[in-house]
Parts: sequence; C-alpha cells; structure tokens
Amino acid sequence: MMEFDTIAAISTPMGEGAIAIVRLSGPDAVAVADRVYKGSNRLTEVPTHTIHYGKLVDHEADRVVDEVMVSVMRAPKTFTREDVIELNCHGGVVAVNRVLELILAQPEVRLAEPGEFTKRAFLNGRIDLSQAEAVMDLIRAKTDRAMHVAVSQIEGRLSKLVQDLRQQLLQTIAAIEVNIDYPEYDAEEMTQQIVERDAGAVRAILAELLTTARQGKILREGLSTAIIGRPNVGKSSLLNTLVQEAKAIVTDIAGTTRDTIEEYVNVRGVPLKLIDTAGIRETEDIVERMGVEKSRQALKTADLILLVLNGNDVLTDEDVLLFEAIKGMNAIIIVNKSDLAQQIDLARVTELADGRPIVTTSLLEEAGVNDLEAAIASLFFEQGVESQDMTYVSNARHIQLIKRASQMIEDALGAAEASMPIDMVQIDLRRAWDTLGEINGDTAQDSLLDQLFSQFCLGK
Amino acid sequence: MAYQAGEFDVIVVGAGHAGIEASLAAARMGSKTVMLTMNPDMVGFMYCNPSIGGPAKGIVVREIDALGGEMARAIDATYIQMKMLNTSKGPAVRALRAQADKFEYQNRMKKALEDEPNLLLRQALVERLLIDDEGRCVGVVTNTGAEYRAKAVIITTGTFMRGKIIIGELSYESGPNNQMPSINLSKHLEELGFELARFKTGTPPRIDGKTIDYSKTEIQPGDEVALPFSHETTQMITEQIPCWLTYTTEYTHQLIDANLHRSPMFSGMIKGTGPRYCPSIEDKVVRFNDKPRHQIFLEPEGRDTEEVYVQGLSTSLPEDVQHDILRSIPGLENSEMMRPGYAIEYDAVVPTQLWPTLETKRVPGLFTAGQINGTSGYEEAAGQGIMAGINAGLQVQGKEPLILSRSQGYIGVMIDDLVTKGTNEPYRLLTSRAEYRLLLRHDNADLRLSEIGHELGLISEERQAKLLDKQEQIRLEMKRLEKVVIKATADVNAQLEAIGASPLKEALHAITLLKRPEITYAMIAQMTPPETPLSAEAAEQVEIQVKYAGYIDKQLDQVEKMMRMEQKRIPDRLDYDAISGLAIEAKQKLNQVRPLSIGQASRISGVNPSDISILLVYIEQGQYALTAE
Repeated sequence: MMEFDTIAAISTPMGEGAIAIVRLSGPDAVAVADRVYKGSNRLTEVPTHTIHYGKLVDHEADRVVDEVMVSVMRAPKTFTREDVIELNCHGGVVAVNRVLELILAQPEVRLAEPGEFTKRAFLNGRIDLSQAEAVMDLIRAKTDRAMHVAVSQIEGRLSKLVQDLRQQLLQTIAAIEVNIDYPEYDAEEMTQQIVERDAGAVRAILAELLTTARQGKILREGLSTAIIGRPNVGKSSLLNTLVQEAKAIVTDIAGTTRDTIEEYVNVRGVPLKLIDTAGIRETEDIVERMGVEKSRQALKTADLILLVLNGNDVLTDEDVLLFEAIKGMNAIIIVNKSDLAQQIDLARVTELADGRPIVTTSLLEEAGVNDLEAAIASLFFEQGVESQDMTYVSNARHIQLIKRASQMIEDALGAAEASMPIDMVQIDLRRAWDTLGEINGDTAQDSLLDQLFSQFCLGK
Repeated sequence: MAYQAGEFDVIVVGAGHAGIEASLAAARMGSKTVMLTMNPDMVGFMYCNPSIGGPAKGIVVREIDALGGEMARAIDATYIQMKMLNTSKGPAVRALRAQADKFEYQNRMKKALEDEPNLLLRQALVERLLIDDEGRCVGVVTNTGAEYRAKAVIITTGTFMRGKIIIGELSYESGPNNQMPSINLSKHLEELGFELARFKTGTPPRIDGKTIDYSKTEIQPGDEVALPFSHETTQMITEQIPCWLTYTTEYTHQLIDANLHRSPMFSGMIKGTGPRYCPSIEDKVVRFNDKPRHQIFLEPEGRDTEEVYVQGLSTSLPEDVQHDILRSIPGLENSEMMRPGYAIEYDAVVPTQLWPTLETKRVPGLFTAGQINGTSGYEEAAGQGIMAGINAGLQVQGKEPLILSRSQGYIGVMIDDLVTKGTNEPYRLLTSRAEYRLLLRHDNADLRLSEIGHELGLISEERQAKLLDKQEQIRLEMKRLEKVVIKATADVNAQLEAIGASPLKEALHAITLLKRPEITYAMIAQMTPPETPLSAEAAEQVEIQVKYAGYIDKQLDQVEKMMRMEQKRIPDRLDYDAISGLAIEAKQKLNQVRPLSIGQASRISGVNPSDISILLVYIEQGQYALTAE
C-alpha cells in the first residue's frame, strides 16, 4: 500500500453521460498527463488552474485515444491538495475506460482505491474534521464491497490461473534463493538458462492472457461483431435494427486513422462493437471485395459473426463460401425475410451451421429480433464467447497488473540474457510474483520461506 | 542473606554472543556496566557449530563491526578458515564465512571484556529482577542474595532458561553442553506477566579427528586470499585448516527409520518448536525420504583439539544409535564419538512483547536480546545484543533510542520482523527476508552504519576519517567517470578484444562502458586512470554502484516510499478499541504489537490495507482516545 503515489480513477458516474472525467492526483499527475497529451502547450508548462484542448495519444499503439479538455490544477489549491489533472473526455463506458486504461498504462500511476481521493483530501487537511468519521465509514463500506467482488473472483478461473502462475514463479524463486542462502547445499544450480526456461513459460502464459484479454475487454469495449452476407440479404436492415433497438448507443468515435464509424450497441447487456459497418453500407459485401481467404483474415478480428442468409432464395455457392470463411468462429446464422415464401434448404443450413444457433427473422417487419437478441445474449452469457478456454480478464486493474507483471518478467529475462547475476534477475521475478499477488489480494510474505523449506531439505 | 553488590548504569545478564556485544556497547558508550554470568569460563562459547558468518549472517557481522562491535574483530583474530560465499552471484548476496577456533575465540572475547575499562565481569546466577513502584526494572537479585542496582537491565540468557537436554529416552534439566540451567529467572518472568514460548534446537555429535579416514571425503579448503570481516583488521591468518565433505548412505537412513520409535522428536517427548532452518537428521530423512543422501560437513573445532563437529547430523536419537549412524558414513566407519548430539528445549520471550529498541513493553528499563527472543544463531544474537546495549546506553544518557530501519541493515530487518510479526519457530536470518537486499550488501555495511557508530562513540576518529576518505574517493570517481570519454582507439579495442568483448564503434562515456557486464573497473582505470588510484574498497564500490545502478535506484525508490510510511508516527497508548472502523483481528494485533509507525503497523499480519487507511485517518483527525497508563 502506498499513500503518496499518483492515483487515477473515473470520477463521474458510469453511464451514458456525454462527458466523463478521469481524475489524477499525486506528484506525477501532471507529468503523466503531459506524456500522453498532444496539444499546443506542454501541460508541464501551463499555468495552474487552466484548461486546455488537445488529444490523448497512445504512443505505443500510435493512435489517438480521445479528444479531451484537460484541467491542470497544481497543489496545494486542489481537492486533494496534491497536483490534480482532470481529463474531460467523451462519455460512455468504452471511451472513458480507454482513457483510464491509457493513464494506468503509465508506470507511475495506479488505480485509486474506493474513496481514496476523499481520503487524500482529508489526510492533506483539506476536509473538515467532522467528516473524518464519514470518510472511515466510506473506506470500510467500499472495501467490504470490493472484498465481496474479490471473493467471487477467487472462484473464477483467472484467480486459479494466477495462483498457478505464482506457484510456478515461486518455485523458480525458491530455487534461486536456496542457491543464495545455502550456497553449499547440493541443489541444482539455477543458471540464467534455467531461469530463462522457467520464467519464459510464465511469460508465455501471461502473453496469452493479455491477447485473450481482448476477449475480456468485451465488457468494456464491446464484442466486436461483423455482419456478413450476400448483397441484398438484409445486412443493412440488421445493422439499423440493432442500432435502433439498442437500449443505448454507448458512444461513437470518429475513427482517426480510417474513415469508418464504429457503432456500439447494447444487446441485453452485451455490448456489441459493430465492425466495418461502413464497409457493409458502402460495398455491401466484404467477401466480394476481398475474396474468402482475405475476408477470413479480416473476420478473425471479430468475436462474433452474424451471417445473414436470404430465406426467400436457395443457398448459393457464395453462401457456402461464407460458411467456409467462418468455419470454427463464433457465429449466429440469421435466415432473414421470413415474411416472404421460404425457398432455403434449412436442413442444409443446419448442417453448415455446425451447431451454431440459427435464427429466423423478418427484419423488415421486425419479427424474430427478440430471438436474435436472446441468441446473442445466451451465446455470451451461457456458452461464453470466451469459451475457447480463455480466462476472462475484465477488470482494468487486473489487466494493468498482468501487464506490469509481464513487463517485470520481461525485465528478468532481459537481465538473464545480459548475464546479470542471478540474484538481480530474481529481483524482477519477485516483483512479478508480488504484482500477480495483488490480483487475488494475496500478499502473504511468508510463502517464500514456506516454499523454500518444503522444496529443499536444508539445515546444519 | 541479601546484600548490596553495587550500583551500575547497565547490568547484562549472560555472557554469550548477545551479552558480549550488549555489555561492550554500553560500556564503550560510557555506561558503568556489569556483566553477570554463571560461568566466566564459558564467555562467548560456541555451543553449536564452530563457525561464524554465511549468507545474511556474515553481513550482520559486518554491520556489527560498522557499529563498533566485537564479533568481527574476534573472528578475524581466531579463524582457522575463511571463505567468501556466493562469488558466482551478485555483490548483494556475497558473504564471508569463517570456521572458528572456538577456544581461541572465547579467550579472545573474555580478554576483550576484561580489558574494557567501564566493564566488570562477574560470576552470578540471576534469579529475580528488582522492580520499583512505577514498574521499572532497577536491578537484579542473584541466588547468593546479591542485589545489583542499575538504570537498565539486559537479559541475554540464550537457551538456558528452563533448559532441558534430551538424548533418546534420556532427558534432564540442563543448559547447553551440560551447563547449569536457569530455572528461577524464567519463573520470575512469568510472574511478571511475560508470555513465554517453548522452543527447541539441537546439535550434532562431535568425533575424534584422529579416527576419521579423510581419504573417503572431499576437501573443502578456505580461500587462498582470506578477507577480513572487520575494517580494523590489518593482519590476516595465513595458515588455514580445511573442512571435509561426506554424505549419509542408504544404510544411515535405514538405521534412522528402524530407530524412529526411540527418537524423542517422534515419540512426542519433545514439545518445543524446532527450527525448519536446522532440522535434525531424523527430520530430514523422514520429511525428504526420496533424497538418497544428505551432505555431512566435517568441521574442526580448533587448532589445538582433535574434536570435529559433524555438521548435518544434528540429532536427539539415543547415544547407541548415534554411534551406529556415524559409522554408516563414508570416512567415519571407525570414528570415535567424543560427545553425543542432543536436543535442547528452552523458554523464549515472545518477541512481540518488545519495542523495536528491544526494551520490553511490560517492564521499562528491561531489555532482552539474543536467543531468549526466539532467534537462532550467534550472529543474530550478537546483532540484537549490540542494539540492546546501544539502546540501554542511550536510555541511561537520556537520549533518543536507535532503531535501524529495514533499509539500513539486516539487523533492522531482523528486529522489525521479531517485534512486529513475532516468530513461531527459532528465527534465522536469510537474505530473502530482506526486501532491499541489494542495498544491504556486506561490502557497504560501513557506508550504511559506521556514521551511526561514530556518533554513538563506538567508532574511533581514525576509522571515521578513513570512511570519509573512502566516501570522497567514490564520489569523485563516479563524477569523473560520468564526464570522461573513452575513444574507440586501436589500443582500447585491442584491450576489449583481448577479453572477448565487442570493440567500440564510437566514443563512449566511461560510465556507460563500465555498465557492460564483461567490463570491470580495473579495465576502465587502465584505459583512463584517475589522478590518484582508488583504494581497492573504493574501486569495488564504484564498480557495484555503476553496474547495478538501475536495480539500486529501483530499490531506493521503494525505500523512499516506505520511509514516508515509517515517518507517520502512531501516538503512544493509542486506544485501538475506540476506533470503530477497525476489523476485530486488526484491533487485537495492533493492541498486542503497539506499532510505533504506520509503516510498522502495515507489516503486521492480519492488519489489512483498509485498516491502515482507517488508522491513518483516525490519527490525522487529531482527537484520539488513549488507553490508561
């Protein structure tokens, strides 16, 4: 626990407001904001209590994350009496989370604990004494709730996986420690090569976890969804239906590198990010445009595919090609135009669907839309889109911790490769172990000694 | 008959490794000190292995030296073998270990005590403490009725309190090595309300070196060039004696298995908690039964004795079994046992009853140090001893106490662990207990602590001047290496290629070149010599500080954050029960430990971050409830 580092959090209620605020407080707040901010001034150089228009840039991915208004407020005349930055960004879950994630990717910053801004304000003498009791209640109440969440996550797969990874790391660390504390003991000498092997294995799993965290990002960023089908089967209607039906359009961000519009819709609690919708609208058919192999590649980035067929027509070669292109992917097959005479061979469709859900609709008459929504929701919640045995990393805090642990292992491997002494390599492994422990709130410090003395027979 | 035996500033009870450092530190700080021991022939005796130092422990010895203690000087003068361990690893985990001539060592220590002007060594068996009306410890009473009065009392009774030796089916009340145990003092501490724990430790048999066939063992020599523990040592002993390595056999393990029912460890006769750090051979064989053999090191106990310590064979099996076990080991087939191994149970003070100064919370003026506090090891004992002595001395002078932080030394780590977390087994220092291991190196103990030793009056002006000179050399050379540029000349590249390093393509700052793993400071000094050559010690510091700067800076960052938490003081007698938001477990633990700072509170197991937040807020709001005095 650190009391004096830089913290960040979304400080407006989560919801569909047009504007949201990400707030930073602490000694590195201004420097961190300045690092990701692109505007006409350096934030480090502007006067205090001023507001500035600019863009937030993710330098690593080389992309603009959002347009923002940034308030720079330097200590002590701030809410917390520390340096405070407020990033006024686009509202909605997705946009604001992206901004928060960008901020949390900066090594100096961590996610604020519940009530922490208020606590700092108090500790720095900003709040009236009579409020102390209320602050303590707040900390307790919110912590209890957070604990509750933590407990439910302990049952989850992420928690299990993290535990396993930590155990793996701990064994490596213990093997290094035994060499250090008992140099004459006849244990295997942990060489840089062995560490590279063992830590490399952990790194690989973390990397996988982060790639599949794409799946985990679904809740925050939306399930990226592609609508495909032959021309005139009703793709645009489907798009419009979903967009109209959507309980809330979470946001729309004008793409900065391309001219497409990504639309976010919320279907029964499942956020969908409809990809390449511009393509649907303009060119009608990506397979036509790109060919099967290429579109298959393009479709690979999608978490969910909605394949639209025309029930009023027989299955064409093109339809079969589309089925081939989405083989093995999460998909829902939509047999549209149920208001017209049905000519499609449903038995054949069932066969090609290969167990994936089939929904019959008339998008024109808005029939079957409920079934479609139910199919999407059940795919997500019951079968789980993440069902390719991927552990679900949803929490921005978890992703941040995994990224950091990953970087630490990377550092350890780098050190091993540079022939740094083994006890230096161990420093980063230990940090990675600690960092992963924060995910499950498991920070028991005696584990290493327990491991050491259960793994090795030591003594005089 | 009671009589007045004298008035002192500080009384030290016990003359082991803790007692020695405690009494010398107090006396050297100007306190009139008396050291009371049952048997002045046993001053500084090594009841277990004849060895000092090793990973973490060796660094503690250097820390003791930096604070002006005696252990380092004594072992430098009496070792039979000196070895630097972990030389293939980084500088942070290197450590010296010496095999001692245990008799010479204790003679050397006794002389040091006798030579100390402010210190009186006296035979006495202390049975009770004198407590004044305010509950303060003001002296001790011996079994002969002698009343010694003092402003502070330090108890360092090791494993003597209610000691009990166990060998197989035999057990009897005894201190280690058949010394008289201390029964009444233990009872008296209980009467005063102290919570005592029952711990167990053990020692292996000793054998006659003349009966060992060394040809069946592997030689374990010392270093060709021995390095000293102490910065004051100028003369090294050149003639070293090797140790020898052999192994247990399958037959050894069969013997142990067949006699387990006679082992007090497994029959339930031993109730005390033993250390995982030095299990008995029967423990090892049972717990790691898939390990085909265990190492046995044969360590000579001195130059003028044939007795050899059989390291790795600590046991409390019956004497006859010990005979058989010894003879099942290659090289020891015809060995003659001189003394059997034994287990010893003893009382220890639960260390969470201590302040970080090692003064007891219950009885002001009373300090405890060493094995009585639940630790194991001479170095751990000595490290606590010097701190107890210093703090008793400071208290007598009416000065602020000295508490070493976890980033200042292993001694700080150890004491913080003991008083904050307690221990449920004899506590041994390991490098992995230190979170800032890279900062707590054996090579920089003087840079970390000598200044403090000097301020206390424990380090001479001459030594302080040398330290300042070393610091200056390091500072200037670091500055120079940042500026000086090494050009890619044929000469430089030839030197690099000679050691298989890649040649320079362009000019580099010397400091950048030194960061390369294969480049040493000596090579840099050859390419660009400083005006006056650095001392070997200063050169080593420059090399370490440049090469590992990245890691060192990271740890310094962490230390800075920790220190801010350490600086948040918790008021004395804070009434934790009155703080509504705290979890019940946190209240109990906080009441027990009574941490001095938020930092210390955060290290108590069972106290969660949210409890710490609540505590911070509660303290900051300025109106807090205090418990009655």
